[in-house]
Amino acid sequence: MDLSGLVRKSDFEWELPPSGKMRVPGVIFASEELVRAMDQKVWQQVANVAALPGIVRASYAMPDAHWGYGFPIGGVAAFDPEDGVISAGGVGFDISCGVRCMHTGLQVAELKRRQERLADTLYRRVPAGVGSTGRIVLSDGEMHAMLTGGARWAVERGYGTREDLGRIEERGQMKGADPGAVSEQAKRRQRDQMGTLGSGNHYLEVQRVAAVHDPRIAETFALKLDDVVVSIHCGSRGLGHQIGTEFLREMAQSASAHGIELPDRELACAPIRSPLGKKYLGAMRAAINCALANRQILAQITRDAFREVFEQAELALLYDVSHNTCKLEEHAVDGRMQRLFVHRKGATRAFGPGHSELPDVLGDAGQPVLIGGSMGTASYVLAGTAAGMEHAFGSACHGAGRAMSRNEAMKHWRGRKVVDELAGQGILIRSPSMRGIAEEAPGAYKDVTAVVDAAEAAGLAKKVAKLMPLVCVKG
Amino acid sequence: MLRLDSVFTDVSTRWQHFRHDADVGVRGIGATLAQAFEQAALALTAVITEPTAVRPAHRVEIACENVDPEFLLVDWLNALVYEMATRRMLFGRFEVRIDGSRLDASAWGEPVDLARHHPAVEAKGATLTELRVGREGAGEWLAQCVVDV
Repeated sequence: MDLSGLVRKSDFEWELPPSGKMRVPGVIFASEELVRAMDQKVWQQVANVAALPGIVRASYAMPDAHWGYGFPIGGVAAFDPEDGVISAGGVGFDISCGVRCMHTGLQVAELKRRQERLADTLYRRVPAGVGSTGRIVLSDGEMHAMLTGGARWAVERGYGTREDLGRIEERGQMKGADPGAVSEQAKRRQRDQMGTLGSGNHYLEVQRVAAVHDPRIAETFALKLDDVVVSIHCGSRGLGHQIGTEFLREMAQSASAHGIELPDRELACAPIRSPLGKKYLGAMRAAINCALANRQILAQITRDAFREVFEQAELALLYDVSHNTCKLEEHAVDGRMQRLFVHRKGATRAFGPGHSELPDVLGDAGQPVLIGGSMGTASYVLAGTAAGMEHAFGSACHGAGRAMSRNEAMKHWRGRKVVDELAGQGILIRSPSMRGIAEEAPGAYKDVTAVVDAAEAAGLAKKVAKLMPLVCVKG
Repeated sequence: MLRLDSVFTDVSTRWQHFRHDADVGVRGIGATLAQAFEQAALALTAVITEPTAVRPAHRVEIACENVDPEFLLVDWLNALVYEMATRRMLFGRFEVRIDGSRLDASAWGEPVDLARHHPAVEAKGATLTELRVGREGAGEWLAQCVVDV
């Protein structure tokens, strides 16, 4: 990205002053190096979002921002409930895609003794990849119950425990979901996909705590050096994809009828108070429940797999975050608390210490913010900060972001070779697709450490622990 | 300027992938609008697997309608994404007929075979990003957009 025209507010905050149809400024939180590496399209997309009706304060981009569709990936924007809009593109196709991290009660040395067996067991039990299905087939009634109940529905059916729910955003159940707003096609796409990982950049990873950056918060999060944890990255599967598809098109084609002048039609949105806006909100919330239920089921499958290999394993949930959502939240704007619809597209909610949404057990630590890397590279656990609540409505980055396209990656690497090289580093990969492995090669991604360092330096969140992979099941 | 990542060429029709940060751009080029749509569909399959590896064992009929040819492309690709997801199939051959705002098509393919297809990624949906349908300088038809994967 060309830096001329950007105002450097600090080493990690850059402003795009309002111009043209922008109603508010754009703000990019990143180091100079990361901003320079961003595609110029990110600038355009940040500016376009700033032109949408009802946007409050600014259009934000996180340190891992990259070219998305409509909104940048790594984009955050809040809208006034009265005259603002809601955007399907501002949430994305994989609604409520997110990361869940669980303790295992194991230490690296114990795990290493049965690492191979654990990798094979997880791969056998966790449905992953294109065309995979889960063991559950939802009836119409169960589909309705799942779409309103979320992870709570899954727990009621024996997947996990009630203790899990307090450590999931929305306590595991997104209120206001409207299964009636979800099309039959979307439901059909989901009927046998509960408890599936998906493909692409989705994964289940067994990780070791490789470094502790903040001992005090790490203690609250119960993370110690050489502990083994397991992280799951996936979303709302076919249901979310279909809802995104249908509403993106409908919002784009009806924008002018709603009196919205779109700077780009891919910014497809509708007034929050319009019938279409309300319908999307109900469907999107149902998809959030689908994602929460999906990760809850996957968590139980993971627990069962661990216990098959390690009888003593106790997989307690650290936290479950979503990074593709639009949520109604209260934030201070100009010294006054205001309810806002906050879009986070490839951005993680990062509430500061003591927020009413957080479980009491976190005490004066902020919300755990789970940042995924790629196979072979680090992931991070961060914590929300009080300052971050002021900066970007309590939001932080979500991952590394791709450095090269899938086709470029395929030319650079062979899947088998990537698997062998990582095995040499003690990282076991299991996947149904060697081509998928090549496309997801660690070198195809940006440096996640640079991203989280920038997030911390910008005050969005605080680094707590660094995780390194031991086993990775890729879809 | 968009950079081409892979190209399959015969005399008049071809498909291409073009670069997008997180996802993949699919582009079909043909002597007619229908051919361009067929090629865009092949480009979509190529995001997932090698199209020539897909046997044309079963035929699926697809129909969509949209007065805007660009949205018709999005609807066509999304119809394929839906059929792939719900039938757990991949498609390697397409025949498209377009009459005004109406598209009727046949897609030939087979159930996903992990060992043979090595499917890299599932397509989530066609986006409106870089969406373009029209005639280019040389009179060829072009149909393209970015697909979320």
